[in-house]
Order: sequence, then C-alpha cells, then structure tokens
Amino acid sequence: MQEQPNLNYVNQLSGDDLEFRDSFISIIKQEFPKEKELYLNCIDKQMTKQTADIVHKIKHKFSILGMEESYRMAVNYERELLEGRTNSENEFKSVLQIIEVYLNII
Amino acid sequence: MNCIIIDDEAAARAIVKQLCSKIPDVDVIEEFENAIDAIKFLNQHDVDMVFLDIHMPGFTGVDFVQTLKNPPRIVLTTSDTEFGIAAYEYEAIVDYLVKPITLERFEKSIEKVKKTLNPISNKDVAADQDLSMGEDLYINIDRRLIKLKFKEILVIEAKGDYIDIKTVKEKFRVHTTLKKIKEKLPEKLFLQIHRSYIINFTKIIDIEDNSVLIEKSVVPISRSSRPELMRRLNLL
Repeated sequence: MQEQPNLNYVNQLSGDDLEFRDSFISIIKQEFPKEKELYLNCIDKQMTKQTADIVHKIKHKFSILGMEESYRMAVNYERELLEGRTNSENEFKSVLQIIEVYLNII
Repeated sequence: MNCIIIDDEAAARAIVKQLCSKIPDVDVIEEFENAIDAIKFLNQHDVDMVFLDIHMPGFTGVDFVQTLKNPPRIVLTTSDTEFGIAAYEYEAIVDYLVKPITLERFEKSIEKVKKTLNPISNKDVAADQDLSMGEDLYINIDRRLIKLKFKEILVIEAKGDYIDIKTVKEKFRVHTTLKKIKEKLPEKLFLQIHRSYIINFTKIIDIEDNSVLIEKSVVPISRSSRPELMRRLNLL
C-alpha cells in the first residue's frame, strides 16, 4: 500500500492555535495545485532544470504531510533530473495524485 | 529582535512565522517571496536576522548573501540535508535549518543568533573562564600528580570508565569521564567533536568529510558537532 499523507507535523506546529492550523491548511490547498500544474507543464516541455526546481519545492510538501518515504523518493528524483534522467517520474506523479485527493477531503 | 523571512514557498514562510510567534522576543516585521524585494527592504530598514531559503529560482539565497555589504545575521532554511559545510562559508550565516523545521531546532537557532548579537560579552565570559583555569592540568597516575600543559594535549578519547589523553610526547590513561575532563578544559582550545573525542582545536592539520587529522591521529566528527566545528574554523 502506498504511503498516505497525515497532519502530524501541522498539528504539532499549530498546538492549540486552530486559527493558524486552518490558515496553514488553506495555504497548502492553494499552493499545491499550482505547484503540481507547474511541474506537469515543465515535464511536458522537457524543461529538466525547471522540473528539478519545482520537484525541490514540492518535496517540502511531502515532508510537511509526513510522507517520509515519498520525500526520499523525491530527493532521488530531483537528483535524477539534474543528471538528465526521469526514472522516478511515475512514482512522483502517483504521490502528487495521492496528495491531491487528500487535500480535497481535509 | 526583529527578523524577515525570505522564501518563495508560502507554506514555508507560514511555518517560520508560526515558529517565531512561539519565541517571546522575536518579531517578524516582513516576509518576501523573492530575495530582490528583501534587499530593497534591507536598504531602508534595520533588521537583526533573516530567515533565508537558499534554493529559490532566479536570484538565489547565495546571490542574496553575496550582494549585501553588511548583511544581518542569517539563518538558512533548506530542504537539503547535505548543505552543512557550505552554510558556513559566509560570516553572516549563523545556522541552517533543514525543513520541515521543528520548534526545538528552531529555538536552538535563535539562541545561536542571540549569542552572535552579543559577541563581546560572550568573549569576556570565555576569557574569564580560561584565565581562571591557568595553563595546566594535573592528572592522577598511580598516586602521582602529573602536570600537563593544555597546549601539549592533542586528543582525549573516552575508553569506558577511562580516558586516554594523547599529548605531543606520550599517552596517559586516567580513570575519569570525558564529561568531567571537559569541564576542566579551556573552551578556546578544546572542542568535543564526537561522543568519544575531545580535540585540541589548535592542533588540527586538516579536515575531511567526517574526520579531522591531528598529528598522526584521525578523529571522527559526529554530525551534530560539525556545525560548531565549522563555525570555529577561520574559513577562507
């Protein structure tokens, strides 16, 4: 079974500050789809360096959402891209899909 | 202490801002999604500290550091765990935080910045401490007290209930702990770089990735000790 996101880090960061928690989740909900779109756009246009840059940014979302294995995969994928390879592309896209679904239900 | 946050990712800025809100005397006065706007702001405002994302498209965090003539204290924020050594190439960079940042690590970073903002008082304390220690250490070997000069000590290694003190000329085994002897050593000369090793900082010949060479001894550096070691090096 593929790794699932969670809000452990977000809850720890928020503590009793529910206002921050809501606002932070809202930021992720707004920011993630844009990053995903930019990523897919860079892939389509085969802009390898830009793809690596956006993967670098997106991988922080993986760690915020407690997805440690996916984070390690993204680190590896970023390295692949900088070396001109795309072996982990499907795996990365699959994690993006999982996060997208998760963000729609929280 | 006021600060600004520079990061092209809104979630990352929100995290740092939230962490700052948990520290009583740290105020976030502005946040920026690019370094160029931050430079314009810094030209017109006094800022004590900058939280800076190193990996930004276009004008990067490194470009930012190189551009400023008199930069404030900088704490780097990065998703790269392998960024350690490079972080200390610039004097203004006090620390680096690996994302996602925890409150515990964040508090340590703030403490480091505070210490650098009051360098004179910290130096005075260290000097007073060193003065009271003198230049020698007496060790008990077979009911005999042997005098060792601090400057002759190279490496001290923990060996179970004992420690080995390696000097320029010979090696002594003493029944004590690394923690106890550390309290007797002047901070300006000695540094613990591993759970089992204290080194005479002035005797380093060279440093590789995970070890230092002192005379003929290769001593390992733990990951947690590396930032302090790098901070104390006079890096070119």
